[in-house]
Amino acid sequence: MNSLQRVLTTLSHQEADRVPLCLLFSLHGAKELGLSIKDYFANPAAVVEGQLRLRAKYHHDCIYTFFYAPIEVEAWGGEVIYSDDGPPNSGEPFIRRLEDILTLEVPAVKATPCLGKVFEATALLKAQVKDEVPIIGVVMSPFSLPVMQMGFDKYIELIYEQPTLFAHLMQINEAFCAAWANAQLEAGATAICYFDPVSSSSIIPKELYLQTGFEVAKRTLAQIKGPTATHMASGLCLPIVDALAQTGTAILCTSALEDLAIMKAACRGKLTVLGNLNGIEMRRWTVAEAEAKVKEALAKAGKGGGFILADNHGEIPWQVPDEVIRAISEATSKWGTYPLTWLEEEV
Amino acid sequence: MSQLLEPFLQALQALNRVEAQNILCQATDRQTSIELVEELVVPALEEIGRGWEEGSVALSQVYMSGRICEELVDLILPQSAPERKKQPNMAIVVLEDYHFLGKRIVYSILRASGFELADYGRMTVEELVVRTQADGLELLLVSVLMLPSALRVKALRAKFDELGLKTKIVTGGAPFVFDENLWQEVGATAMGRSASEAIEVITQIMEGKL
Repeated sequence: MNSLQRVLTTLSHQEADRVPLCLLFSLHGAKELGLSIKDYFANPAAVVEGQLRLRAKYHHDCIYTFFYAPIEVEAWGGEVIYSDDGPPNSGEPFIRRLEDILTLEVPAVKATPCLGKVFEATALLKAQVKDEVPIIGVVMSPFSLPVMQMGFDKYIELIYEQPTLFAHLMQINEAFCAAWANAQLEAGATAICYFDPVSSSSIIPKELYLQTGFEVAKRTLAQIKGPTATHMASGLCLPIVDALAQTGTAILCTSALEDLAIMKAACRGKLTVLGNLNGIEMRRWTVAEAEAKVKEALAKAGKGGGFILADNHGEIPWQVPDEVIRAISEATSKWGTYPLTWLEEEV
Repeated sequence: MSQLLEPFLQALQALNRVEAQNILCQATDRQTSIELVEELVVPALEEIGRGWEEGSVALSQVYMSGRICEELVDLILPQSAPERKKQPNMAIVVLEDYHFLGKRIVYSILRASGFELADYGRMTVEELVVRTQADGLELLLVSVLMLPSALRVKALRAKFDELGLKTKIVTGGAPFVFDENLWQEVGATAMGRSASEAIEVITQIMEGKL
């Protein structure tokens, strides 16, 4: 089986040849090439080389064309602040006053240079991997993007106190998100990962989610012309699993703070579970600990398909050593090959 | 006072500022302002903090209820009030990070609990060392969201030690929640899982327990 067949099989809740492993690398490509993070993302050819080298090194089951979250605010004219050892951050919010929301215009995604780098990298990667490996494109959900557009505190206040302006902002962001996702699919992405951390139960209560992020997701995912995965970027999502299954998404990423077995049972037959290795702790794991964590995850969620092993945040931190990542990959091959007979033997 | 706690908590959870203010005003005849803060506002915020730690309360509710309490407490206990707790000499900062919500929440909740503290905004390690020394801080609350920023606390502690600064560092933010050993690794005195846990940590520091 190739990687795409492996992922498609697990998405149909069947067991493939082994549990698929999606190592979601954005920054590590720069490390592979010996480039600064800023120089790496300035050059689509470098991102292509980085992704291909990482896949050759760790044999995982996806290509990940995520550059950095604030690329979307860059598209709106916002500032990106680079770091030497972490993901780029967004600078000062560009929505400074509530009235600014009324004058926002959706950027033309195909004519926006920073997004163009992603399309170029995606197309080059598609030419290399063809239909053997899924290429995962990324969008920030319309409901979560305002954290960078206007600041988290002001956005929470907007949600609770300014329903008309909130609805207007969602309308604009939904148009942007759908166009951005569809352009990535046209460039060669196989699926879109819809990052929606504000919808997680860590950030807003379920009742509010059902009135806001849920409706936004249903409308937006319906406009995206390809399969989608919903990622809460480490946030909790067990309380809203049933609603998430109704948004049209196929995959859900669960937090390291949630029990994988409970999540798998809650998603059975409805959603494929992605997760949930702890990327923060991973930095200090030994090789033996990495193997034990992989075994634990496989034991909880591997049987029957419907599961992809990954980290829980959507990005392996820069500080995670290569030997730990290699140990995760090797443990997945060793213990994740179906059927998982060792589970019965160890009982 | 205890009979007012549940309705006050419900008003906060419903984000009903008017009702919360009415409940607080009902009690002002019988209690001093600082008693109201300590016996009504702080227990309510602690209950909300416990809910956050257990996963039954979301961050947006913690933020909005903290903001309401800060506004209400400012009415009954203005910044200049002598009852305000000005000890320990402390400040809160976002360290080399660009995510301010956590700091905003802790700042609101501490002020709503009667504490006064300086808000340093965002600073680098070098800026923070200079400011901490100049202000003679006893306690520095460091809020971060990103892992590299969390790891920078180690350099901050090393600089403090190099200069002989006894300032205690208390950390908070997602990396410390996802890796429970991280606060010790970077040399912090303690960590707060939630904003209201910061009150408990500060109290323990003042009592010499940390």
